[in-house]
Amino acid sequence: MKILVCLKQTFDTEAKIVLDENGKIERQGVSLIMNPYDEFAVEEALRLKENQGEGEVTVISVGGQQTQDALRQALAMGADKAVLVDPGDVELDEYSTATILAKVISGMEYDIILGGFRAIDDGSAQVAGRVAEILNIPVVNMITKLEVADGKAVATREIEGGSEVVEVPLPAVLTAQKGLNEPRYPSMKGIMKAKKKPMQKMTLADVGLEEGQIAPKVKAISFSLPEPRKAGKIIPGEPAEAARELARLLREEAKVV
Amino acid sequence: MAKGIWVFAEQREGQIKKVVFELLSEGRKVADQLGEELCAVLLGKDVAGLVDSLGEYGVDKVYITESDGLENYTTDGYTNVVTDLIKEHQPSVFLLGCTITGRDLAAQVAQRLETGLMTDCTGMEVVDGQLVFTRPIYAGKAFVKASCPEARPVMATIRPNTFTAEAKPKTPETVKVTPDIGNIRQVIKDIVRQVSERPELTEADIIVSGGRGMKGPENFKILEELADVLGAAVGASRAAVDAGWAPHSMQVGQTGKTVSPVLYIACGISGAIQHLAGMSSAKCIVAINKDEEANIFKVADYGIVGDLFEVVPILTEELKKLTAQ
Amino acid sequence: MEFKLSEEQEMIRKTVRDFAESEVAPKAGPMDEAEEYDYTLWDKMAEMGLTGIPFPEEYEGAGMDNVCYAIAVEELSRVCASTGVLISAHTSLCAWPIYAFGTEEQKQKYLVPLASGKKIGALGLTEPSAGSDAGSVKTSAVLDGDEYVLNGSKIFITNGEKADIYVIIASTDKTKGHRGTAAFIVEKGTPGFTFGKKEHKMGIRASSTYELVFENCRVPRENLLGEDGKGFKIALMTLDGGRIGIAAQALGIAQGAFDEALKYSKVREQFGKPISSFQGLQWMLADMATRIEAARLLVYKAAYLKDQGEPYSKESAMAKLFASECAMWVTTKAVQIFGGYGYTREYPVERMMRDAKITEIYEGTSEVQRIVIAANLLK
Repeated sequence: MKILVCLKQTFDTEAKIVLDENGKIERQGVSLIMNPYDEFAVEEALRLKENQGEGEVTVISVGGQQTQDALRQALAMGADKAVLVDPGDVELDEYSTATILAKVISGMEYDIILGGFRAIDDGSAQVAGRVAEILNIPVVNMITKLEVADGKAVATREIEGGSEVVEVPLPAVLTAQKGLNEPRYPSMKGIMKAKKKPMQKMTLADVGLEEGQIAPKVKAISFSLPEPRKAGKIIPGEPAEAARELARLLREEAKVV
Repeated sequence: MAKGIWVFAEQREGQIKKVVFELLSEGRKVADQLGEELCAVLLGKDVAGLVDSLGEYGVDKVYITESDGLENYTTDGYTNVVTDLIKEHQPSVFLLGCTITGRDLAAQVAQRLETGLMTDCTGMEVVDGQLVFTRPIYAGKAFVKASCPEARPVMATIRPNTFTAEAKPKTPETVKVTPDIGNIRQVIKDIVRQVSERPELTEADIIVSGGRGMKGPENFKILEELADVLGAAVGASRAAVDAGWAPHSMQVGQTGKTVSPVLYIACGISGAIQHLAGMSSAKCIVAINKDEEANIFKVADYGIVGDLFEVVPILTEELKKLTAQ
Repeated sequence: MEFKLSEEQEMIRKTVRDFAESEVAPKAGPMDEAEEYDYTLWDKMAEMGLTGIPFPEEYEGAGMDNVCYAIAVEELSRVCASTGVLISAHTSLCAWPIYAFGTEEQKQKYLVPLASGKKIGALGLTEPSAGSDAGSVKTSAVLDGDEYVLNGSKIFITNGEKADIYVIIASTDKTKGHRGTAAFIVEKGTPGFTFGKKEHKMGIRASSTYELVFENCRVPRENLLGEDGKGFKIALMTLDGGRIGIAAQALGIAQGAFDEALKYSKVREQFGKPISSFQGLQWMLADMATRIEAARLLVYKAAYLKDQGEPYSKESAMAKLFASECAMWVTTKAVQIFGGYGYTREYPVERMMRDAKITEIYEGTSEVQRIVIAANLLK
C-alpha cells in the first residue's frame, strides 16, 4: 500500500508573532515544528502500514530548505521517504500549494493520501481538499478514526454536534483531526536511520510547473497584530463577596448577561 | 460580468444556522454598497419552509434545491450542486459560515471554480469596489487583510459571531432548482449526534471554560451548572483535555476551537499563549484563578483571584437570581 | 573547531525535550512528593530507545555517540533530575561496564535487555566505609566450586531494588587491596541477595536509593565481569564515564531552573514593572546563563573525547565538578528570583535546588573531582 502524507512546517505554537520592517510576519528566529495536525497524519500513515503488514509511507511538503527538518522528523518517526518541493521565493496561496502538491502526486503511485485538516499558522483548512479536487478523488475531512480494507476507507469524522461514519473508495484524501491518534516520538534508532533515508528535493521546474501556473488567487494586502488586551479589574474580597460583585458587574457594567 | 452576493444557507435537520443570518445581515450591506443582489443558496430535503426565516434578514432571492440525496451533507453532493449553480449564475461573491460543513464545502467549490478562498474571516469591508477580508492567522496572534482581485466568485468563510444578525424583513423571490447531484463518493454509514441542550462552542454567545485548576473531570459539573444558568456552552483548555477530563470537541485554543463569544468565563485556566489564541477575541473575558500571576488575568476584563470551587457556585447562584429578575 | 551540533544531535535534543516536557514534566513534582518513580515513563523511554543510547545496534542500542547521550540526560534532567539519574545510572554505571568489559555471552545475556530497556541496571560500589575509596570494599567474593559466594552490603545504591541487573564490586583477596577486587553481574532474585533500607533523601526523591545486602549469595563464575583483580580498575573507568552522565544531569537541572527563572522574571511584576527590568536581576540572569554555557561546553567536550577514543578522565572530572557546582549555584539563584514563591512547592525551583545538591556528592564529590583533576595534572 502506497501512503502519501502531505505535511507543512509551521511556527511553534509558542512562537511570538512580530512584524518585520516591511510589515510582514517576521520569520527570523522563530522555532519551527511539524504542523501538529500533520503529525497525526504521519502517525496514522505509519499505523496503516504496520497494520497492513506492508506498504510505503512517503511524506511530501512544499516549502523552503528548512522544511527538511519537519520531513526528517517524519522519517525519524518511521516514514520511508520524503519529497520536498522548494518553489523558491514566490508568493503562494492555498491554490498555488495545492496545485504544486497535486502535480507532484500525480506522478506518483498512491492508494491513500493523508494530511492534517488544517495548519496552525494560516489555519485555512483547504489545501488537502483542493488537492483531492485536482486529482479528482474523494476527500473526507476531520477524521478521528480510520479503517482501510478492500480498497475502501471507513472514517469517523467530526460534524457539528456529533460525528458521522463515512465510507469512500480509495484512493482518497483524508485529513486528520486531533483525537485520531497519539503520535509517537521519533525513536533514537529512527533518528539514526532517518539520515540515510531518501529525501528528494525538487524545484518548480522539476515538478513541471511554471510560476504563472501557480499564481495565487488571493493576495495579502497587509498584516497587523491584535491590539493588546488590557488587563481589567481584579475584584477584591472574599469569594462570596467577589462572586456577587462579579455577577453585578457582568449585568450592569458589561451588560453581557 | 459576475454579479450577486451569495450566501450559503447552511441548515442541519431543518434549522438554519445562526451564522447564516449574520452573513445575510452583513451581506445585505455589501450588496447595497455594490448595487448587487443578495441571494441565498438553500440545499436539503423538505427545506422550502425555511425560506421565510431567510427573508427575515433581507435576502432578495433564494435558490432552493431539494432532494432526498441532499438530506445529509456530503462533500460531493453539495459541491456538485453548488458549483453547478455558481457556474450558471456567476455570482461575484460567495460567503459561507466557517462551520465544519462550510469549511468543507468551500474548499471543494473554490478549487472546482479555480478561485480564491479566504477562510475563518472576522471582518469584511468594501475598499475601492473590492471586498477585503480580515482573517486571523497564527491562531489570532496576527491578522491579515486579503482580497481576491481577479478570480470570481470571491469566496470566504466567516467565523460565527463576527457579524450581528439584524432583522430586515423582505419577501424573497424563490427559484427552485432541479439538482443534478451527480456521483457521491462519500457514503454516510452512520451519524451519531451528541444530545446536548447547550449551544455549540463556536456559535455560543457565552462560554464557561475549565482548565487544569478543575483538578478532575467530575468537577466540570460546577461549570455545567453555571453554563445552564447562562445558556452557555462549556469549553476546556488543552491541559484539561490532555488530562482526559474533557473531550477534544470541547477544547478551545490553537489546536482546538477558536471562539468569539460575547462572554468567556475562564475557570482555573492559566492562560497559555495557545489558549489565549483561541479566545482572546471574546468581547468580555472573566478569569477565576487562584494564582494571581496567571497569564489569563492579563487579558481578563474582570478577574477574581480565588478558589474557583468557592467562587463558581456562588456566581451561579447570584446570576440565577439576577437573570430571574 | 566545530561548535555546531550534528543533525541527529539536534534532533535528539528536540525529541527528548518534547518527550520530557509533555510526559515527564507533569509527573516530576508528584513523583518527588511521593518519593516514588512512575515506571510507565521507563517503558516509554525504552520504546524510544533512551535506555541504550551509546551502544551499538547489534546490542539493541541506538548506536549514537556520547554527546547524544549527554544531551538526552541533560534534557530529561531539565524537567526531572530523578529521571536523569535513572537513565544515567542505568546506562553509564551498569550497561557500560558490561559493554566495555563483558564477554560476548554476557553482552547478549545482560547488555541486550538493558539497552532495550527490558531490564533496569544499577552499580553496587559504595559501602559504609568505602565511598570514593573503591579499593577498600569489604564485600567479599569467595570462589567455591563454580560459584562466587558474596557477603557484605552496599549502600546508597541508585536504582536499588528497582533494577534487575547489578554490577557489584567485591573483594576477592583482601591482602591485595584494590588489586584484589573484582566486578560481578548479579541478578535481582538471586538467593542471598536482598534489599535493606530505602533512603529518604533531600533531593532526587523519586530516584530509588537502597541498601543491597549479600548473605552467602552464590553467583555463577561466568558472571565475573572482566578479570579477577580488575574490579577497582573497572569501577574507576566506569566512574569516569558516569561523571559525564552526572555532569549532564547537573547541566540539565541548571538549565531547567534558569528557564523557569527567566520565564518568571518576565511575568512577575513589582513596582509596576516586570522584575526582569531591574538591573540587579538582569545581572543574575546573565551570570546564570554564562555559567550554564560554560558547563555545557565542558560536558559536551568530555563526551566528545570519549567518542574520539581519547583520554577523558580529567575532562569528565572537570565537567562534573563545574556543572554540579553550576547547578547548585544556578538553582539557588533561581529560588531567589522566585522569592517567597520559590521556597514553596507550588513552583519547581525548590525541587531543582534540592536535586542539584546531590550532583556535587555522588559519583565522586567535588573534592574527589579536584583530586582526579590534580592527579591528571601532576602525573
